[in-house]
Amino acid sequence: MNPVNYLYLASLLFAIGATGVLIRRNAIVVFMCIELMLNACNLALVAFSRMHGNLDGQIIAFFTMVVAAAEVVVGLAIIVSLFRSRHSASVDDASLMKL
Amino acid sequence: MSALASTAVTDLAAYTTSTGEAVQFWVLGTVAVIGALCTILMKKAVHSALCLAGTMIILAVFYLANGAYFLGIVQVVVYTGAIMMLFLFVVMLVGVTAADSLKETIKGQRWLAALCGLGFAVLLTAGIGNAAITEFNGLGAANAGGNVEGLAALIFTKYVFAFEITGALLITAAVGAMVLTHRERTERALNQREMAERRVREGKHLPPLPAPGVYARHNAVDIAGLLPDGTPSELTVMQTLRQRGQIRDVSGEALSDLAALEQRSAERLGRDREQEASK
Repeated sequence: MNPVNYLYLASLLFAIGATGVLIRRNAIVVFMCIELMLNACNLALVAFSRMHGNLDGQIIAFFTMVVAAAEVVVGLAIIVSLFRSRHSASVDDASLMKL
Repeated sequence: MSALASTAVTDLAAYTTSTGEAVQFWVLGTVAVIGALCTILMKKAVHSALCLAGTMIILAVFYLANGAYFLGIVQVVVYTGAIMMLFLFVVMLVGVTAADSLKETIKGQRWLAALCGLGFAVLLTAGIGNAAITEFNGLGAANAGGNVEGLAALIFTKYVFAFEITGALLITAAVGAMVLTHRERTERALNQREMAERRVREGKHLPPLPAPGVYARHNAVDIAGLLPDGTPSELTVMQTLRQRGQIRDVSGEALSDLAALEQRSAERLGRDREQEASK
């Protein structure tokens, strides 16, 4: 099997996640799609690590996971406070700054 | 050379890929892509979260197959165990029943977005297709002293600065989440006496609210009590259930029973009247 297949899979998952961010309205689902994109990047990094024969790729994937965990905590807190003030988790409803 | 060959045989993340790995890749890769598609296509957020959890577990298997043993375990424990459960928790908090609205605010946005995604995928795939990679270098040498030991040696030497900044980031995120979700009470909560006095002052509903279902045959809390004329009374059901729209309505049944009863009694009375008239 060609090692590039892992990269193809990662790019496919990344593209699916990006499409989800553009299509969906529910803020939670949009956030899940962002997580999917981060995971696709991690898969590519792990595959790179094996291609080059050193562990730097895995280290970067590890840092990505840590940053993703922090991001999820803050993002979900924002969604919860948005839901409290607007009674909706739709990204279309947060349009207070629109002219 | 023979030592290298033996590590290649024993180590899963060798520089060549076995047929087993190819089978695993194609089977699990298909499932992962299907899971990702379900994540963006499912209407309910809970289903999306479950599909995404499945995709993440499959990615953990891929990490293990690629020699990232530590990351594979962390993926299962942190991503599917903690982050996805946090997602599910917030989905439950925000409302499971709230399905995504299907109305488009910008006309044709959905199809344009799908087209953009497709173009993006084609672009990425074409870019990778230009790469001339035919085999892995393999992690046999890097993982020789153990994967976790190798990662630890790198984290605490070459990447120690990034590691410390990550700690600061985690603390900032924890504080930020608390600041964002904490709500300060701006006024004192009313006590029972003040609430009673306010009720008397407003003069709207002095006695306690009627209990649910007592006027009908049911006594479940989600069934509105029926007034003497058979119509349900909203006052009997608690406010939370009313706002969620979870009131079970039995008034139709009760009203038809009542109508049947009245018809029967009318028939009997009518017959009685006929009998009286015939006498």
